[in-house]
Amino acid sequence: MPEERKGRHVMAGVLAADPTLADFGEDPLWIIVVKAVMLFLFLALGVMFGVWFERKLISRMQDRYGPNRAGRFGLLQSVADAVKMGLKEDILPSAVDRVLYLLAPVIMVVPAFLAFSVVPFGPVVELFGVRTPLQLVDLPVAVLFVLAMGAVSVYGVVLAGWSSRSPYALLGGLRSAAQVVSYEIAMGLSFVAVFLFAGTLSTSEIVRAQEQVWFAVLLIPSFLVYVVCMFGEAARIPFDLPEGEGELVGGFQTEYSSSLKFALIMMGEYLHTFTAAGVAVTLFLGGWRAPFPVSLWEGAGQGWWPVLWFFLKFVLTFAFIVWVRASLPRVRYDQLMSLGWKVLIPVSLAWILLVAAVRNVVVNEGDRMLGIGLGVIIVIGVLAVWMRFDTVAQRRREALGAQVEAEPEEPSDERAAGGFPVPPLDLPHYHGVSRS
Amino acid sequence: MNEAVPSYLSPTGQEIVFLLLGAVAVGSALLVVTTKQLVHAALWLVVSFGALAGCYLVLTAEFVAWVQVLIYVGAVVALLLFGIMLTRAPIGRSPGLDSGNRVVAAIVAVATAAVLVTVVIDGFRTAYADLTPGRGTAGELGSSIFRNWVLPFEALSVLLLAALVGAIVLSRTDIRGR
Repeated sequence: MPEERKGRHVMAGVLAADPTLADFGEDPLWIIVVKAVMLFLFLALGVMFGVWFERKLISRMQDRYGPNRAGRFGLLQSVADAVKMGLKEDILPSAVDRVLYLLAPVIMVVPAFLAFSVVPFGPVVELFGVRTPLQLVDLPVAVLFVLAMGAVSVYGVVLAGWSSRSPYALLGGLRSAAQVVSYEIAMGLSFVAVFLFAGTLSTSEIVRAQEQVWFAVLLIPSFLVYVVCMFGEAARIPFDLPEGEGELVGGFQTEYSSSLKFALIMMGEYLHTFTAAGVAVTLFLGGWRAPFPVSLWEGAGQGWWPVLWFFLKFVLTFAFIVWVRASLPRVRYDQLMSLGWKVLIPVSLAWILLVAAVRNVVVNEGDRMLGIGLGVIIVIGVLAVWMRFDTVAQRRREALGAQVEAEPEEPSDERAAGGFPVPPLDLPHYHGVSRS
Repeated sequence: MNEAVPSYLSPTGQEIVFLLLGAVAVGSALLVVTTKQLVHAALWLVVSFGALAGCYLVLTAEFVAWVQVLIYVGAVVALLLFGIMLTRAPIGRSPGLDSGNRVVAAIVAVATAAVLVTVVIDGFRTAYADLTPGRGTAGELGSSIFRNWVLPFEALSVLLLAALVGAIVLSRTDIRGR
C-alpha cells in the first residue's frame, strides 16, 4: 500500500493490522457516523435476509421448498411480511399497561443493536481514506458490556409478558426472567477462561490473542458451555421456553398481534441470535481471522478480506443455530433449569479452576510446584464431590427401587383397552364434578 | 488529591453530568418508594441503578459501571420482578402498599442520609480528586481487591454462601425441622 494512502492516523509505533485498544477513540466524528450507519445497515439487512435464510434452510432440511413466491428465490419474503405487518390494524388490548406494553418491544431491540457495536468485523482498514479499525467502539470491558446488554434486554421480554395482562404472556415473561438470569451466569463463567488466556476483556484484543490458535480449540469445554448457553440466552429452540407455543400459545408475545410491535419483537429475537453468533465468532472462533488453510496465505489478514472470513463464520454459526432448531425438540422447563444450574455452572467452575492452575504452571515457572499442587487438589476435590453426589444418587435410586418392590403398582384392568394403556376415562370432572 | 481546588462556580462538563445523573438517581429512588404501582416501583429502581452506573462511568470507573448494570439491573431487579410476578402481578394501583410506619421510616431515612452526608462532606471538605482514566480498570480493581481487600472479600463470599445455604434450607420441604 503506497505510503501517502496510509491516511492521517499513524498509530504509535507500527502500523499493525491488528487493532488494540489504543487504536480506538482517534476516529473523526464523521467516520464514526459512517461506521454506525454501516453497522445498522448490516444488522437491518441481516435480519431481513436472516429470516429468509432461516426459513429457506429449515425448509430444505425438512424436504420442502420454503418461501419462493415473493421475488427471486423468495428473497423479498421479509419485505412482504414487513409491509403486511405495517398495514395491519394495530390492536391495543384494553387492559394492558399502555406505556410498558408499547415500550417493551423497543427495550428488546435497542440493547441488541448496542451489543453489536463492540463486535470486531475486521482489522484496521482504509475507510474513505482514513485508517480505522472495523469496529464501532471498543472498551476495556467490552465483553462485560455485551453481557450487560443481554441482561437489560430481558426486561423487554419480562415487561412484554407482564404488561399484556394475560396468564400465558405472564408465564412466558416469568420463564424468560429465570432462564436468562440462570444462563447468564453460566455464559459469564464460560468467558472467564477466555479472559484468562487473552488477559483482557476487550474484544479487539481477544481477537488479537487468537492469532496462533482459536479459543474454540484451546478451550473446548468453555466453547461447548457457551454454545449451550447461547441458545438459552437468545431463547432459541431447544430453549425457547418463553415462547413455547406448544404450552403457552405465544408466551410473552401472545398479546402482540401481528403488527409493527410484533415485527419489532421478531427483529429483537433475530438480533439476539446474531449477537450470540457474533460473540461466538469473536471470542471463540478467531473473530475475523482466516480459517486454517486460508490463513497460510499472507494476504488473508490484509485489507478487507477479514470481513469475508468474519461473515462466513457468522453465517455458519447462524446456520448451526438453525440446524439445531431443525433437529432438536424443545426441552421441558425443569430440564432446562437443571441443565443450567447442575451441569453447566459446576462444569464451568471446575474448568476455570483447571485453566487457572494450568496457566499458573505455564506462566509462573517459579510457582510450578504450587500450581501442580493446586491442580492435584482441585482434581481430587472434584472427584470427591462427584463421588459423594454419585453415592447419594445411588442411595436414592436404591431406596426408590426398594419402595417400588415393596408395593408394586397394580396395573388396573380398567385402564387397559385391549392391552393398550389408555388414560382413565371416568375422572370426576368429566361428569361435572370438580376435584376439590 | 491536594491540587488547587477549582471554583464551584465554573463546573466542568463532567461535573454537570455527574450532578444530573445524581439527581436522576435520587429522584427515581424517591419514586420507587412513592409510586403506588408495584411493578413500576421495581422499574424506577432500574432507572436509579442505571443512573448510578452512569455516575460510575463519569468517574471513569468503567468496570464497576458495567458490573453495576450486569448485576443490579440485570440480575437483582430481574429477580425482584420475578418474585413479584410469581406471587402477584397487579396492573394498576395496589392499595395497602403504604406502611403504617411510614412517618417513622421517613424520619429514620432522613436522619441516616443527614449523618452520611455530614460525614462525607466533613471528611472530604475541599479535597478534589482528579479523574485520571485508567484508575478504574478491571486490572487495577482486581489487584486491589485481591491484595489489599482480600479479607473483606472472602468474608463477603462466606456471608453470601451462608445466605445461599439458608435459602435452600428454607425452600426445601423435605428437610424436617427439629
